[in-house]
Amino acid sequence: MKKSVIALLLACLNWPAQAMIESYRFETPQQEANYRELIFELRCLVCQNQNLADSNAQLAQDLRKQVHHLLVEKQADKQQVVDYMVQRYGDFVLYNPPLKTHTALLWFAPLLFVALGVIWLLTLLRKQANTLDKDTP
Amino acid sequence: MNKQWLPIGIFSLLVAFLAIGLTLNPKEVPSPLIGKPAPDFTLPLLKQTQTLSTRELQGRVWLLNVWASWCSSCKQEHALLVRFAQNHTLTMVGLNYKDTPLEAQNWLDALGNPYTFVVQDQTGQAGIDWGVYGVPETFVIDATGIIRHKFTGPLTQKRLDDELRPLLKTLEVSE
Repeated sequence: MKKSVIALLLACLNWPAQAMIESYRFETPQQEANYRELIFELRCLVCQNQNLADSNAQLAQDLRKQVHHLLVEKQADKQQVVDYMVQRYGDFVLYNPPLKTHTALLWFAPLLFVALGVIWLLTLLRKQANTLDKDTP
Repeated sequence: MNKQWLPIGIFSLLVAFLAIGLTLNPKEVPSPLIGKPAPDFTLPLLKQTQTLSTRELQGRVWLLNVWASWCSSCKQEHALLVRFAQNHTLTMVGLNYKDTPLEAQNWLDALGNPYTFVVQDQTGQAGIDWGVYGVPETFVIDATGIIRHKFTGPLTQKRLDDELRPLLKTLEVSE
Protein backbone atom coordinates (compact mmCIF):
# COMPACT_ATOMS: atom_id res chain seq x y z
CA MET A 1 0.00 0.00 0.00
CA LYS A 2 2.67 2.45 1.11
CA LYS A 3 4.74 1.63 -1.93
CA SER A 4 1.91 2.24 -4.33
CA VAL A 5 1.16 5.58 -2.69
CA ILE A 6 4.79 6.60 -3.10
CA ALA A 7 4.71 5.45 -6.72
CA LEU A 8 1.59 7.48 -7.31
CA LEU A 9 3.13 10.56 -5.74
CA LEU A 10 6.25 10.12 -7.85
CA ALA A 11 4.12 9.84 -10.96
CA CYS A 12 2.51 13.14 -10.08
CA LEU A 13 5.86 14.90 -9.99
CA ASN A 14 6.43 16.63 -13.26
CA TRP A 15 9.91 17.15 -14.40
CA PRO A 16 10.12 19.97 -16.94
CA ALA A 17 9.84 18.40 -20.36
CA GLN A 18 12.89 18.92 -22.49
CA ALA A 19 12.94 18.15 -26.15
CA MET A 20 16.55 19.12 -26.52
CA ILE A 21 18.55 16.12 -27.57
CA GLU A 22 21.68 17.48 -29.11
CA SER A 23 24.73 17.93 -26.96
CA TYR A 24 26.99 20.79 -27.84
CA ARG A 25 30.53 21.51 -26.83
CA PHE A 26 31.45 24.94 -25.54
CA GLU A 27 34.81 26.59 -25.09
CA THR A 28 33.96 28.48 -21.94
CA PRO A 29 31.39 28.10 -19.15
CA GLN A 30 30.18 31.60 -20.07
CA GLN A 31 29.26 30.40 -23.56
CA GLU A 32 27.35 27.49 -22.14
CA ALA A 33 25.51 29.74 -19.69
CA ASN A 34 24.62 32.11 -22.51
CA TYR A 35 23.39 29.22 -24.62
CA ARG A 36 21.15 27.95 -21.82
CA GLU A 37 19.71 31.40 -21.19
CA LEU A 38 19.15 32.11 -24.87
CA ILE A 39 17.31 28.92 -25.75
CA PHE A 40 14.93 29.56 -22.87
CA GLU A 41 14.36 33.17 -23.92
CA LEU A 42 13.86 32.67 -27.63
CA ARG A 43 10.54 31.55 -29.01
CA CYS A 44 10.11 28.73 -31.44
CA LEU A 45 8.15 30.31 -34.27
CA VAL A 46 6.57 27.08 -35.45
CA CYS A 47 5.07 26.02 -32.13
CA GLN A 48 4.54 29.48 -30.82
CA ASN A 49 3.97 28.71 -27.18
CA GLN A 50 7.24 26.94 -26.74
CA ASN A 51 10.74 28.25 -26.47
CA LEU A 52 13.70 26.83 -28.36
CA ALA A 53 14.61 24.56 -25.45
CA ASP A 54 11.19 22.94 -25.26
CA SER A 55 10.53 22.46 -28.92
CA ASN A 56 11.67 19.66 -31.12
CA ALA A 57 10.44 21.26 -34.32
CA GLN A 58 12.93 21.24 -37.15
CA LEU A 59 13.23 25.01 -37.03
CA ALA A 60 13.90 24.97 -33.28
CA GLN A 61 16.69 22.45 -33.82
CA ASP A 62 18.16 24.62 -36.55
CA LEU A 63 17.94 27.74 -34.43
CA ARG A 64 19.58 26.02 -31.44
CA LYS A 65 22.38 25.02 -33.78
CA GLN A 66 22.59 28.59 -35.01
CA VAL A 67 22.73 29.97 -31.46
CA HIS A 68 25.56 27.58 -30.67
CA HIS A 69 27.35 28.48 -33.89
CA LEU A 70 27.11 32.20 -33.18
CA LEU A 71 28.33 31.83 -29.60
CA VAL A 72 31.22 29.48 -30.21
CA GLU A 73 32.42 30.05 -33.76
CA LYS A 74 31.50 33.70 -34.17
CA GLN A 75 32.33 34.47 -30.52
CA ALA A 76 29.14 36.49 -30.25
CA ASP A 77 27.85 37.70 -26.91
CA LYS A 78 24.28 37.27 -25.73
CA GLN A 79 23.04 40.59 -27.03
CA GLN A 80 24.48 39.93 -30.49
CA VAL A 81 22.59 36.64 -30.72
CA VAL A 82 19.37 38.33 -29.61
CA ASP A 83 19.91 41.07 -32.23
CA TYR A 84 20.58 38.44 -34.89
CA MET A 85 17.27 36.73 -34.16
CA VAL A 86 15.24 39.94 -33.87
CA GLN A 87 16.66 41.17 -37.17
CA ARG A 88 15.22 38.08 -38.85
CA TYR A 89 12.10 37.20 -36.91
CA GLY A 90 11.14 40.45 -35.17
CA ASP A 91 10.44 41.11 -31.49
CA PHE A 92 8.00 38.21 -31.52
CA VAL A 93 10.93 35.82 -31.19
CA LEU A 94 11.64 37.19 -27.69
CA TYR A 95 9.76 35.91 -24.68
CA ASN A 96 10.83 39.08 -22.93
CA PRO A 97 9.81 41.80 -25.37
CA PRO A 98 11.56 45.19 -25.21
CA LEU A 99 9.70 48.34 -24.18
CA LYS A 100 8.77 50.18 -27.36
CA THR A 101 5.83 52.33 -28.40
CA HIS A 102 3.93 49.39 -29.89
CA THR A 103 4.59 47.15 -26.87
CA ALA A 104 3.69 49.87 -24.34
CA LEU A 105 0.17 48.52 -23.89
CA LEU A 106 1.59 45.08 -23.20
CA TRP A 107 3.81 46.48 -20.48
CA PHE A 108 1.47 48.96 -18.89
CA ALA A 109 -1.95 47.29 -19.21
CA PRO A 110 -1.50 45.39 -15.90
CA LEU A 111 -0.70 48.67 -14.11
CA LEU A 112 -3.72 50.24 -15.77
CA PHE A 113 -5.95 47.47 -14.46
CA VAL A 114 -4.53 47.83 -10.94
CA ALA A 115 -5.21 51.59 -11.11
CA LEU A 116 -8.78 50.98 -12.28
CA GLY A 117 -9.25 48.49 -9.45
CA VAL A 118 -7.95 50.98 -6.85
CA ILE A 119 -10.27 53.71 -8.18
CA TRP A 120 -13.22 51.34 -8.04
CA LEU A 121 -12.31 50.27 -4.50
CA LEU A 122 -11.96 53.87 -3.31
CA THR A 123 -15.35 54.90 -4.71
CA LEU A 124 -16.90 51.86 -3.11
CA LEU A 125 -15.31 52.61 0.27
CA ARG A 126 -16.34 56.27 0.10
CA LYS A 127 -19.91 55.29 -0.65
CA GLN A 128 -19.92 52.89 2.25
CA ALA A 129 -18.50 55.55 4.57
CA ASN A 130 -21.23 57.94 3.45
CA THR A 131 -24.02 55.48 4.16
CA LEU A 132 -22.44 54.70 7.55
CA ASP A 133 -22.35 58.40 8.37
CA LYS A 134 -26.02 58.70 7.57
CA ASP A 135 -26.92 55.64 9.63
CA THR A 136 -25.08 56.71 12.76
CA PRO A 137 -27.13 59.28 14.61
CA MET B 1 -29.76 53.83 -13.88
CA ASN B 2 -26.06 53.92 -14.65
CA LYS B 3 -25.40 50.95 -12.45
CA GLN B 4 -27.71 48.71 -14.42
CA TRP B 5 -25.70 49.24 -17.57
CA LEU B 6 -22.32 48.61 -16.01
CA PRO B 7 -22.31 44.78 -16.20
CA ILE B 8 -23.62 44.77 -19.75
CA GLY B 9 -21.03 47.42 -20.64
CA ILE B 10 -18.18 45.34 -19.25
CA PHE B 11 -19.59 42.27 -20.95
CA SER B 12 -19.78 43.95 -24.38
CA LEU B 13 -16.24 45.24 -23.97
CA LEU B 14 -15.09 41.69 -23.23
CA VAL B 15 -17.00 40.35 -26.23
CA ALA B 16 -15.44 43.02 -28.44
CA PHE B 17 -11.92 42.10 -27.27
CA LEU B 18 -12.57 38.39 -27.74
CA ALA B 19 -14.04 39.00 -31.19
CA ILE B 20 -10.94 40.90 -32.25
CA GLY B 21 -8.71 38.25 -30.71
CA LEU B 22 -10.48 35.43 -32.50
CA THR B 23 -10.21 37.02 -35.93
CA LEU B 24 -6.47 37.64 -35.63
CA ASN B 25 -4.18 35.04 -37.10
CA PRO B 26 -1.46 34.20 -34.57
CA LYS B 27 0.57 32.46 -37.28
CA GLU B 28 0.92 35.75 -39.09
CA VAL B 29 3.99 37.29 -37.51
CA PRO B 30 4.93 40.62 -39.12
CA SER B 31 8.30 40.30 -40.77
CA PRO B 32 10.90 42.86 -39.70
CA LEU B 33 12.46 42.48 -43.16
CA ILE B 34 9.75 44.38 -45.04
CA GLY B 35 11.16 47.65 -46.33
CA LYS B 36 14.71 46.37 -45.77
CA PRO B 37 17.25 45.09 -48.28
CA ALA B 38 16.78 41.43 -49.15
CA PRO B 39 19.33 39.21 -47.36
CA ASP B 40 22.05 37.94 -49.68
CA PHE B 41 22.41 34.34 -50.65
CA THR B 42 24.44 32.42 -53.18
CA LEU B 43 22.93 28.99 -53.59
CA PRO B 44 23.26 26.11 -56.04
CA LEU B 45 20.60 25.82 -58.72
CA LEU B 46 18.59 22.63 -58.56
CA LYS B 47 20.29 19.76 -60.39
CA GLN B 48 22.91 22.09 -61.84
CA THR B 49 26.46 23.01 -61.00
CA GLN B 50 25.95 26.78 -61.28
CA THR B 51 24.84 28.98 -58.45
CA LEU B 52 22.47 31.90 -58.28
CA SER B 53 23.21 34.94 -56.18
CA THR B 54 20.74 37.60 -55.08
CA ARG B 55 23.13 40.21 -56.54
CA GLU B 56 22.43 38.87 -60.03
CA LEU B 57 18.77 39.74 -59.55
CA GLN B 58 19.40 43.43 -58.85
CA GLY B 59 17.52 45.65 -61.24
CA ARG B 60 14.49 43.43 -61.62
CA VAL B 61 11.38 42.79 -59.61
CA TRP B 62 11.32 39.22 -58.40
CA LEU B 63 9.37 36.84 -56.26
CA LEU B 64 10.94 34.44 -53.80
CA ASN B 65 8.76 31.45 -53.09
CA VAL B 66 9.96 29.17 -50.29
CA TRP B 67 8.74 25.64 -50.81
CA ALA B 68 9.58 21.99 -50.14
CA SER B 69 8.36 18.67 -51.44
CA TRP B 70 7.50 17.61 -47.86
CA CYS B 71 5.24 20.59 -47.37
CA SER B 72 1.60 19.79 -48.03
CA SER B 73 0.31 23.34 -48.19
CA CYS B 74 2.92 24.06 -50.88
CA LYS B 75 1.00 21.67 -53.09
CA GLN B 76 -2.11 23.70 -52.42
CA GLU B 77 -0.64 26.91 -53.83
CA HIS B 78 1.47 25.33 -56.54
CA ALA B 79 -1.20 25.16 -59.26
CA LEU B 80 -1.88 28.83 -58.62
CA LEU B 81 1.79 29.67 -59.05
CA VAL B 82 2.00 27.68 -62.27
CA ARG B 83 -0.96 29.56 -63.69
CA PHE B 84 0.41 32.87 -62.46
CA ALA B 85 3.78 32.25 -64.12
CA GLN B 86 2.08 31.64 -67.47
CA ASN B 87 0.45 35.07 -67.41
CA HIS B 88 3.29 37.17 -66.04
CA THR B 89 6.81 38.10 -67.05
CA LEU B 90 7.85 38.25 -63.41
CA THR B 91 11.07 36.53 -62.32
CA MET B 92 10.10 33.80 -59.91
CA VAL B 93 12.75 32.21 -57.74
CA GLY B 94 11.85 29.01 -55.92
CA LEU B 95 13.81 28.46 -52.74
CA ASN B 96 13.72 24.74 -52.19
CA TYR B 97 13.93 24.62 -48.41
CA LYS B 98 15.49 21.67 -46.55
CA ASP B 99 14.76 19.20 -49.28
CA THR B 100 16.67 16.73 -51.41
CA PRO B 101 17.38 17.53 -55.09
CA LEU B 102 15.78 14.28 -56.21
CA GLU B 103 12.51 14.80 -54.40
CA ALA B 104 12.38 18.44 -55.42
CA GLN B 105 12.88 17.54 -59.08
CA ASN B 106 10.26 14.80 -58.96
CA TRP B 107 7.82 17.22 -57.43
CA LEU B 108 8.39 19.81 -60.16
CA ASP B 109 8.16 17.16 -62.88
CA ALA B 110 4.83 16.00 -61.55
CA LEU B 111 3.23 19.34 -60.73
CA GLY B 112 4.87 21.75 -63.16
CA ASN B 113 7.65 24.26 -62.74
CA PRO B 114 6.55 27.90 -62.45
CA TYR B 115 10.02 29.11 -61.45
CA THR B 116 12.55 31.05 -63.48
CA PHE B 117 15.21 29.67 -61.13
CA VAL B 118 15.08 27.03 -58.43
CA VAL B 119 17.77 27.26 -55.77
CA GLN B 120 18.55 24.73 -53.08
CA ASP B 121 18.80 25.58 -49.42
CA GLN B 122 19.51 22.18 -47.95
CA THR B 123 20.85 23.43 -44.63
CA GLY B 124 18.12 26.01 -44.13
CA GLN B 125 20.67 28.80 -43.60
CA ALA B 126 19.11 31.07 -46.25
CA GLY B 127 15.76 30.28 -44.65
CA ILE B 128 17.03 31.56 -41.30
CA ASP B 129 18.46 34.69 -42.93
CA TRP B 130 15.10 35.41 -44.53
CA GLY B 131 13.24 34.75 -41.28
CA VAL B 132 11.37 31.78 -42.72
CA TYR B 133 9.37 29.92 -40.09
CA GLY B 134 6.48 28.33 -41.96
CA VAL B 135 6.74 27.00 -45.48
CA PRO B 136 5.35 28.13 -47.90
CA GLU B 137 6.35 31.76 -47.71
CA THR B 138 6.51 34.24 -50.56
CA PHE B 139 8.48 37.48 -50.71
CA VAL B 140 8.22 40.29 -53.26
CA ILE B 141 11.50 42.10 -53.94
CA ASP B 142 11.66 45.31 -55.96
CA ALA B 143 14.25 46.39 -58.54
CA THR B 144 16.41 48.09 -55.91
CA GLY B 145 16.58 44.89 -53.87
CA ILE B 146 14.14 45.94 -51.12
CA ILE B 147 11.61 43.43 -49.75
CA ARG B 148 8.19 44.97 -50.33
CA HIS B 149 5.83 42.27 -49.14
CA LYS B 150 5.68 38.87 -47.54
CA PHE B 151 3.02 36.20 -47.68
CA THR B 152 3.13 33.59 -44.92
CA GLY B 153 1.36 30.38 -45.69
CA PRO B 154 -0.12 29.27 -49.00
CA LEU B 155 -1.08 31.85 -51.60
CA THR B 156 -4.73 31.96 -52.55
CA GLN B 157 -6.49 33.49 -55.52
CA LYS B 158 -7.79 36.19 -53.18
CA ARG B 159 -4.33 37.10 -51.91
CA LEU B 160 -3.02 37.20 -55.47
CA ASP B 161 -5.84 39.50 -56.63
CA ASP B 162 -6.02 41.72 -53.56
CA GLU B 163 -2.40 42.01 -52.57
CA LEU B 164 0.08 40.73 -55.14
CA ARG B 165 -1.37 42.10 -58.38
CA PRO B 166 -1.85 45.68 -57.11
CA LEU B 167 1.67 45.65 -55.66
CA LEU B 168 3.18 44.37 -58.91
CA LYS B 169 1.30 47.06 -60.79
CA THR B 170 2.97 49.75 -58.69
CA LEU B 171 6.32 48.04 -59.29
CA GLU B 172 5.49 48.04 -63.00
CA VAL B 173 5.50 44.40 -63.90
CA SER B 174 3.52 43.76 -67.06
CA GLU B 175 0.91 41.04 -67.19
